[in-house]
Amino acid sequence: MPLLAFDKVGVSYGKAEAVRGVSLAVETGQIVTVIGPNGAGKTSLLTAAIGLLPSSGRITFAGENVTRLETERRVEMGLSLVPEQRELFTDMSVYDNLLLGAFVRRGDKAGIRRDMGEIFDRFPRLAERRRQLAGTLSGGERQMLALGRALMTKPKLLMLDEPSLGLAPLIIREIFVIIASLRELGVSILLVEQNAKAALETADFGHVMETGEINHSGPAGELINDPRLISTYLGGNEGE
Amino acid sequence: MTSDIAAFLTIDGIATGAIYVLIALGIVLIFTVTRVIFVPFGDIAAFTALSLAALEMKQLPGTVGLVAVLAVLATLVETASLLRTGKARQVPRALLFYLVLPMIPVALVWIAAGGDIPLPLRIILALALILPIAPLLDRLVFRPIADGTVLLLLTVSVALHFALVGLGLLFFGPEGVRTEALTDAVWIVGGIPIAGQSILIVVAAIVFSGLLFAFFGFTLAGKSLHATAVNRTGARLMGIRPERTGTIAYLLGSLLAGVSGILIAPVNTMFYDSGFLLGLKAFVGAIIGGLVSFPVTAIGSLCVGILESFAAFQSSAFKEVIVFSILIPVLLWRSYTSAHREEDIDE
Ligand SMILES: Nc1ncnc2c1ncn2[C@@H]1O[C@H](COP(=O)(O)OP(=O)(O)OP(=O)(O)O)[C@@H](O)[C@H]1O
Ligand SMILES: [Mg+2]
Repeated sequence: MPLLAFDKVGVSYGKAEAVRGVSLAVETGQIVTVIGPNGAGKTSLLTAAIGLLPSSGRITFAGENVTRLETERRVEMGLSLVPEQRELFTDMSVYDNLLLGAFVRRGDKAGIRRDMGEIFDRFPRLAERRRQLAGTLSGGERQMLALGRALMTKPKLLMLDEPSLGLAPLIIREIFVIIASLRELGVSILLVEQNAKAALETADFGHVMETGEINHSGPAGELINDPRLISTYLGGNEGE
Repeated sequence: MTSDIAAFLTIDGIATGAIYVLIALGIVLIFTVTRVIFVPFGDIAAFTALSLAALEMKQLPGTVGLVAVLAVLATLVETASLLRTGKARQVPRALLFYLVLPMIPVALVWIAAGGDIPLPLRIILALALILPIAPLLDRLVFRPIADGTVLLLLTVSVALHFALVGLGLLFFGPEGVRTEALTDAVWIVGGIPIAGQSILIVVAAIVFSGLLFAFFGFTLAGKSLHATAVNRTGARLMGIRPERTGTIAYLLGSLLAGVSGILIAPVNTMFYDSGFLLGLKAFVGAIIGGLVSFPVTAIGSLCVGILESFAAFQSSAFKEVIVFSILIPVLLWRSYTSAHREEDIDE
């Protein structure tokens, strides 16, 4: 049984349908990516998955139908989203942002301290800036903080919305190395990206989304060599 | 005006201002966490004073009925909404939080009222009794419109204030009360008499502001409140429920307002509708702080108190007129300089 499954999921803003009949699944331990052009509905899909937008169809997570559950409950169950806008606590320190990431397991003091240490090992730039306000971080550091904060919730499945957005090529590579390394932690990942090449190189499985629907799906290794995708998504986009 | 009189008026004004500080901090706290400008904190302060006075006179405070009615209403609304959304499993929890917990102080006061209760215990009972009012009102009135604009929330808040004044008349009656002094001490410092009560007020304002500061700086609950205020979506993504942080904020704000009510009751005669001017002046302090800054709010509230003290000396009949007409330009200037910021919050 997949860890996260969308079954004919639809998302609308009033009359406008942003996502139509999307079905896809993420198995435990997998990295699955959804690529597609601007306005395809990728962000809408993830926002509905975490419960910040209502959706039609059915979303199951860890064997439970979560379609109607509130966001906070989904987070408690081990679903986590790093949103496109990052949504950091800008006038709080890096340390406090990470600490609040562990809000759902606030009783576990020892565990929180250990994981905080691990995050600082994984992101040495954050360790140096632990007292700095999140709002004063650079774009790349913010992205790392958003990732670190989401990891502090101890997710079973992490959803990332365009982790490479607005970052320089060198940092993008660093971020994707980190994403690939999360697999060892046993975290499954649903990755939404414009940077199709980097995403497909990291993922096990890929879906291509256009105007609210999924058009192609397949193992990432096959998609990356698919001539139809090379011309539209992989051509001019070297990503590094 | 001699410098002695000026010094005396300043000290008196600081004590009055300290009362406004406590209420204003609650207003800012609630606004940052929930975007509600909770006008009725003045009423909460007045109701605390009236409850304390009733206990002193060995009567059953009207607050008992008020809290009981609100608790029953909130429980009904919450249960109905849980059943409608298919969350029947959460009903026992709702009963605990909306019925059992608010009824504990009600029951205690019910049992204790009429007897000889020592002053510290009377104060604790009065505070415990008013704590549930604001969270219950939040559940009944504000949660159904939590996504509304700041203006809608403010309009409802003002309406709620008038409703509370009406309920105040119903539950407390029209008589004014003044409670027993907390201390009779008077010190003469450099020829100026300073009442122990004034010192008590200022010390209490400092202690409670300090506690609020420590709560935000050092506890996870405080940080989760701050986080909700900074970024509601971000907080929800961390599993922080804005309704719960809202409840904590209402409890804290009520405690601050309650303490101010206890402190002012021996100095000023309190009526069921005394909350209006208290709340309005605290609100002015909060506006000076742009509804976001705790330190500026505290300074602003102190200034309102000092201004009021001097205005009362010049002409006691016109003191409110003088205070508010001097404040209008200040408020205009503040709303001008913080306009863009409020748009951010409104978005
Ligand atoms: N709040 C909203 N109200 C109305 N329409 C919206 C809203 N948010 C998104 N949309 C529309 O829904 C569609 C899908 O948007 P979405 O943000 O999900 O796309 P996306 O694939 O994430 O795009 P991008 O790659 O640019 O981030 C777009 O046409 C967008 O204009
Ligand atoms: Mg997007």
